[in-house]
Amino acid sequence: MRFDTVIGLEVHAELATATKIFCACTTKFGGVANTQTCPVCLGLPGALPVLNKRAVEYCIRAGLALRCEIAKFSKMDRKNFFYPDMPKAYQISQYDLPLCRDGFLTLDSGKKIRINRIHLEEDAGKLTHSTGTERYSLVDYNRAGVPLIEIVSGPDLSTPAEAVEYLEKLRRILEYLEISDCKMAEGSLRCDANISLKPAGQEELGTKTELKNLNSFKALSRALTYEIKRQSELLAAGQAVRPETRKWDEVKQKTLSMRGKEETQDYRYFPDPDLPPIELDPAYIAEIAVSLPELPDEKKQRFMADYGLPEYDADLITGAKRLAEFFEAVNARYFNPKAASNFIMGELLRLMGEEQLKSAEIPMNPASLGDLLKLIDEGEISVSVGKKVFARMFQTGAAPEEIIKAEGFKQISDESQLLAIVNKVIKAHPQSVQDYLGGKEKAAGFLVGQIMRETKGQANPQLLKDLLYRELDKLKD
Amino acid sequence: MELCDLTIHELRRLYARKEVFPSEVLASVIRRIHAVEKDYGAYLTLDLEGAVEQAQAADVRIKAGKPLGVLEGIPVAIKGNLCQAGRETTCASRILQGFVPPYTATAVRKILAQGAVILGHANMDEFAMGSSTEYSAVKKSKNPWDPLRTPGGSSGGSAVAVAVGEAIAALGSDTGGSIRQPAAFCGVTGLKPTYGLVSRYGLIALASSLDQIGPLTKDAEDSALLLNILSGFDPMDSTSVSGKKVDYTRDLQQDLSGKRIGLPLEYFEAGIDAEVKCTVLEAVELLKELGAEVVEISLKFTDYALPAYCIISSGEASSNLARYDGIRYGKAAARIEDNLNAFYIRTRSEGFGPEVKRRIMLGTYLLSAGAYEAYYKKAQQVRSLIIQEFNEAFQQVDVIITPTTPTIAFKFGEKSQDPLQMYWSEVCTAPVNMAGLPAISIPCGFSRGLPVGMQIIGAHFTETVILNVAYQYQRVTDYHQARPEPVRQEGTV
Repeated sequence: MRFDTVIGLEVHAELATATKIFCACTTKFGGVANTQTCPVCLGLPGALPVLNKRAVEYCIRAGLALRCEIAKFSKMDRKNFFYPDMPKAYQISQYDLPLCRDGFLTLDSGKKIRINRIHLEEDAGKLTHSTGTERYSLVDYNRAGVPLIEIVSGPDLSTPAEAVEYLEKLRRILEYLEISDCKMAEGSLRCDANISLKPAGQEELGTKTELKNLNSFKALSRALTYEIKRQSELLAAGQAVRPETRKWDEVKQKTLSMRGKEETQDYRYFPDPDLPPIELDPAYIAEIAVSLPELPDEKKQRFMADYGLPEYDADLITGAKRLAEFFEAVNARYFNPKAASNFIMGELLRLMGEEQLKSAEIPMNPASLGDLLKLIDEGEISVSVGKKVFARMFQTGAAPEEIIKAEGFKQISDESQLLAIVNKVIKAHPQSVQDYLGGKEKAAGFLVGQIMRETKGQANPQLLKDLLYRELDKLKD
Repeated sequence: MELCDLTIHELRRLYARKEVFPSEVLASVIRRIHAVEKDYGAYLTLDLEGAVEQAQAADVRIKAGKPLGVLEGIPVAIKGNLCQAGRETTCASRILQGFVPPYTATAVRKILAQGAVILGHANMDEFAMGSSTEYSAVKKSKNPWDPLRTPGGSSGGSAVAVAVGEAIAALGSDTGGSIRQPAAFCGVTGLKPTYGLVSRYGLIALASSLDQIGPLTKDAEDSALLLNILSGFDPMDSTSVSGKKVDYTRDLQQDLSGKRIGLPLEYFEAGIDAEVKCTVLEAVELLKELGAEVVEISLKFTDYALPAYCIISSGEASSNLARYDGIRYGKAAARIEDNLNAFYIRTRSEGFGPEVKRRIMLGTYLLSAGAYEAYYKKAQQVRSLIIQEFNEAFQQVDVIITPTTPTIAFKFGEKSQDPLQMYWSEVCTAPVNMAGLPAISIPCGFSRGLPVGMQIIGAHFTETVILNVAYQYQRVTDYHQARPEPVRQEGTV
């Protein structure tokens, strides 16, 4: 029996506002526990929330980028439940009137994935449970009240690969909008997946499970793959899939049951009487729409068209807004897109590491890389020396000319100087010369290598070859 | 008459002329507290040492001829649900025992900034749920006109303190009548401002969409003086309203000719004590003599207002009070159990009194799936109709007058065994909160030796109008100056 897979993702992104959603506390990650708190985010008696306008704006930005309708009338609701990470015993969220609804995101295949809704809510604190014999839990409320958006997709994803692509595209868009850091490792981007199987072609959806603890793209992919296998085996054996929440276990590489979903919790949602409804002026929404940046897919297409980049390069370089901007700045200084792309993908990527490249500041001036590419094209240095210079530029921030001068990297293009070295090498390796004259073309390559070695790689490669073949040819006669 | 029996405006005049100094007034208040507090129980906590220091500082400023705050050297009581930094604030509940807020409510901050001398937290029904102070987990306050009777509630302690001179004025909070009803029972003046006029920041919430802080005073002029300070936009409260600053004493002196008073039939019908009704109607006659025009009006949704109020206030309260779990502050269950839920249950079972539990259970049910649609949403719709109906009425009239309470002060135990009877105490006042309107209760006579309150309701943000009517009434009557027996005795000593 064949099954169709139906996947929907619920993605939570922490918004990169300077302050929390209802108070003036900082949203910075990693502070000493409970130092970034106040009566409001601690939910002390009598304290009241005041909605951060920037958080609303960020949510609207996400909505517009994902082609949603933006609600002109929206409100905040209370979701009531007891848990020590939620100091008011309710989370302020949005229930029936989210800020954004009915959008979509297009995969590379052209398939449209519906975005059912995007709503604004507050994050909870963080619990740490003791692992020793003494049993206790610690609560850190620094994260309590950090603004979140929850982006709920339709059940439109059919494979783990599509789910990963969707999440990656979403990550890029949020990052381009500069509304979230999107660091899965720090929890600023979190993802839950709903997955069910149904007999191929059947309309009606099967019983779904919800997967949690998906802390990386790899975890998402593996957990979905595992779950497809698990559910299809159950169904094939005529057994039912239990509606439940399952946790991805990174060590066991399995999903494990957390709790059943048969008993749905009643959150007793109701409009938060402390917060007036959110009424948006269409002019305000239009203003935000106009301010949206070029989005990743548009940028990628443009890079392919305007810079002639191969798709692979364009995709990688537009994978992070900073990187794309860096690339454009390099080319504004000196136009050689493919060379720029090679240096960015090869050298910069290696030096920074892929993750860093996506998120951290690039510690060098793009104009300097432009200058370097120009020096290479003008024959001042070779590509291989260029890579060494680049490494120094990356470490010190110095201009390429300075490094070349200081390190004596300048290419040897002086014919008489180079000719002396060529003749020295020919003399030193009579066997190779004989081999070459005897018809072994490869032997010339060895001699080129030796000359490069003598010149510490700084010989002008074209001139070197010209001189070598000329001298060898002389010996033929 | 002692200094502690004077009003804010009288003391301000004496201070301005340097005839009397705050320390003397405070000494008088403290003498009165020592004399009667044990019998009437107005306070949850007293901070007399702090008050003495504040009063002495005010003396120095007055003597030095420095610019004075509006409340410079005026001893004031604040209700037990108003947070004051460094002072235990418990809402008269066991569950908040030991809770010392690190911040001060905006309303309290404002009166402190104007030089008020804060005496302490006044007694109240636990979490402001009740109409008699019988639900205080700490003590019952007693009605100074008859110690066998309740002073009303939930701001009962505040009303008693003002009535017997244990404070010159007090702050209370009003969700369904909690300022006006005890003001009526104790013979003082109590104002509930328009929803949003006074910041709720630091007021420990009962029902967020209904709660409003207001003054309890000896007359309407003091009420206006306090409102001048309390009112105004607060960026810490999203429901507070921004608008031009109004001087609420502005129209006090206006005569009443041409003022149109609406008498809603439904507020004078069954369930309203006959003598209370007559007393209020007599007061209305007097206003007529002062030039006001009286028209009968009808507010047809009145019958639905109290039930809808109970639904909305309980629903909101159940959520507002969910945070009291004993984990971060307040009183936790004696032994921490292995099971988190068991700990919550034990803490809340031990920490809350019966009325609070009743409303939490009721509210939790009312917000649950199914019940929400059937009751809570309906109650919100009723609320919209009530607002609409009041707004329409105010197209015809300037103020609406009703009895503040259906009866005079009731005896201890008379209603505390029957929650519905207790809720009925707010039948005339709760609709006003539902509509977010301003209303003032002023003493308008006596029935069987106990004060009767008249409620003057205004359109949104027309506090100047209701204060004008109240002031003009008090100009020609002396019910607000009548003092209960303990004060008369003490005054002659």
